[in-house]
Amino acid sequence: MAADPLDDYIDSAAKALGLTVEEAWRQSVRANLEVSLRLGRLVDEFTLPDETEPASVYSA
Amino acid sequence: MAMTASSDGMSASDIALAVAARRLSAAEVTEAALARIRKHDGLLNAFTDVTAERARAKAREVDAAIAAGKNVGPLAGVPFAVKNLFDVKGLSTRAGSKINRDLPPAARDATLIERMEASGAVLVGALNMGEYAYDFTGENVHDGPSRNPHDPTRMSGGSSGGSGSAVGGGLVPLALGSDTNGSIRVPSSFCGIFGLKPTYGRLSRARSYPFVASLDHLGPFARNVRDLALAYDAMQGGDADDAACTTRPVEPVTAQLVQGVGGLKVAIAGGYFQNNLFPEAQEAVARVAGALGATETVVIPEAARARAAAYIITTTEGASLHLDRLRKRPRDFDPAVRDRLIAGAMVPAVLVDRAQKFRRWYRAKVLELFKSVDVILAPATPCVAPKLGQATFVLDGVELPVRANIGIHTQPISFIGLPVVAVPVPLEPMPIGVQVIAAPWREDIALRVAHALEKMGVAAAPGPRGI
Repeated sequence: MAADPLDDYIDSAAKALGLTVEEAWRQSVRANLEVSLRLGRLVDEFTLPDETEPASVYSA
Repeated sequence: MAMTASSDGMSASDIALAVAARRLSAAEVTEAALARIRKHDGLLNAFTDVTAERARAKAREVDAAIAAGKNVGPLAGVPFAVKNLFDVKGLSTRAGSKINRDLPPAARDATLIERMEASGAVLVGALNMGEYAYDFTGENVHDGPSRNPHDPTRMSGGSSGGSGSAVGGGLVPLALGSDTNGSIRVPSSFCGIFGLKPTYGRLSRARSYPFVASLDHLGPFARNVRDLALAYDAMQGGDADDAACTTRPVEPVTAQLVQGVGGLKVAIAGGYFQNNLFPEAQEAVARVAGALGATETVVIPEAARARAAAYIITTTEGASLHLDRLRKRPRDFDPAVRDRLIAGAMVPAVLVDRAQKFRRWYRAKVLELFKSVDVILAPATPCVAPKLGQATFVLDGVELPVRANIGIHTQPISFIGLPVVAVPVPLEPMPIGVQVIAAPWREDIALRVAHALEKMGVAAAPGPRGI
C-alpha cells in the first residue's frame, strides 16, 4: 500500500503512461515530483487574463 | 616540438591571420591542438571523440586553398570542438547518454559545424556533457566528469562541461555548446571563459540533439570576445531545417566591437538576482558594474516564477522527448536524470500550459525594462565551481542542494530567449562569470559591453591554473 498520496498518484500515472518505477527509484521520483509540483504551484497561483496566448513556438 | 608549440595559447583570430598569411599552416595548428589534447585531456576529460584524421584532412584542404590564393574565411585553420549533441558526420550523436550510442552514425554535420568549417575552422572532436543536457555540473556517469581547468577537483559546469573545460584549459580556442537553462553560461562561469547564448532562434539548431524545443539555444565559447564574435558571425543565418530559426538577415558584430559602450545605459538586476549569492558572485557583479559606471538597479518582475515556469516546461518537454526510452531502457539512463524525467512525465498538462502563458506575460514585462536600459547585469552562477560530487552548499547559514541552485540566475533569462554574454571575472583562486544581458536580437550590444570589459581588464579568461 502506498505510504503517501503522491505515491498513489505516481503508481497511477506510471500505469497510465506505461512507465516502470522500481521501488529503489520511488523516493527519488517522488522528491523530483514534489519539486515540480511546488514550482508548478508558483505558476498555477499567478492569475492571467483568459485571453493570454501561450508562448510555445509555432508559426503557420 | 617547436613546430607544434607555436600556436599554443594563440587566439582564434591570431591563428586565422597567421594561417591566411602563411606564417603558420593549418596543418601545424591542427597538430598542436591534437598534441594539447593528448597531453591534457587525460586529466580534463573534456573530449569524448577526437576526430584527428578528419581534422588533418580539413587542415590540408585549408592549406591547399590558401596556397592557391583563395580566401578560406575568417577562421582559417582555427581548431574547434563541439558538445557531443552536435551531429558529426560518422559519429553517433550520444548527447551524453549511453542509449544514443546505439544510434547509427550521423550522415551529415550539424549546420553550425558546416558554417564554422565554411569559414575555415577545423573540427578536432566532440566534447563531454551531462546526460541529455539535463545537468548543471558537467558530471557524467557514463563518460566520467569533465574537470575544471583551474582545479580538476571541481566541476566544469553543465551541461556543456567539456566545452568549458576544453576552452578554459586552452586545448582549443573555440568550442560550441547548447544552453536550455544555462548550459553555456554556467560552464563559462565555472571555467573562466566567455560564452554567448544568442537570442532564441538566432542560430540554427539543425542536426543537433534536442532537449527542450521551446528553450534550446546553441552558441560559442571562447577565451576572448573577438573570437566569440568571429564564431558567432560565422554561424549566423536562417535555416529551413530548424523551425525556430530566424529569417532575419545576418547581422555581423565583429566589426562593431570597437564602438565601445558610450551612450549605452547599463543597469544591475536587483531583487531575485541579488539573493542566494556567495560573496564571490557579488564581488564579480560589483566589479563589472563599477567598470561600466552602472549604479541603477532594475527589478526583473516575477523572476522566481519565471524560473519555476522554465523548470516546468523543461521537465515536461524533456520527459516527452524521452518517454519511449524511459519505457524501454530506464536502467540505461543516469539514474538522477531518469528519475527527474519520470517525474516530469507525471506533471499535469495544465501546469505546462500555464507556464507557457506566463512566459508570454513575463516576456512583455521584461521587454518594458529594455525601453529604458540597454543592458542588465546579473550573476551567471551563485558560486564558483563546486567540488565534483558536492551535493550541498551552505549559504547564509542554510544548507541548499547544489544541482538545483546552480542555474537559478540563468533560467529566468533564457526562459524568454534574451541574448547574453557570460563574461569571466578572474577572481583568485577560482573565476566566476557575470551575465551581460541585452534585448532580443541585440547580441551586438552585449558583445560590445563584453569587449569593453575585456579592454578595461575587468573581464578576462585566466590561463588554466590547474593543469
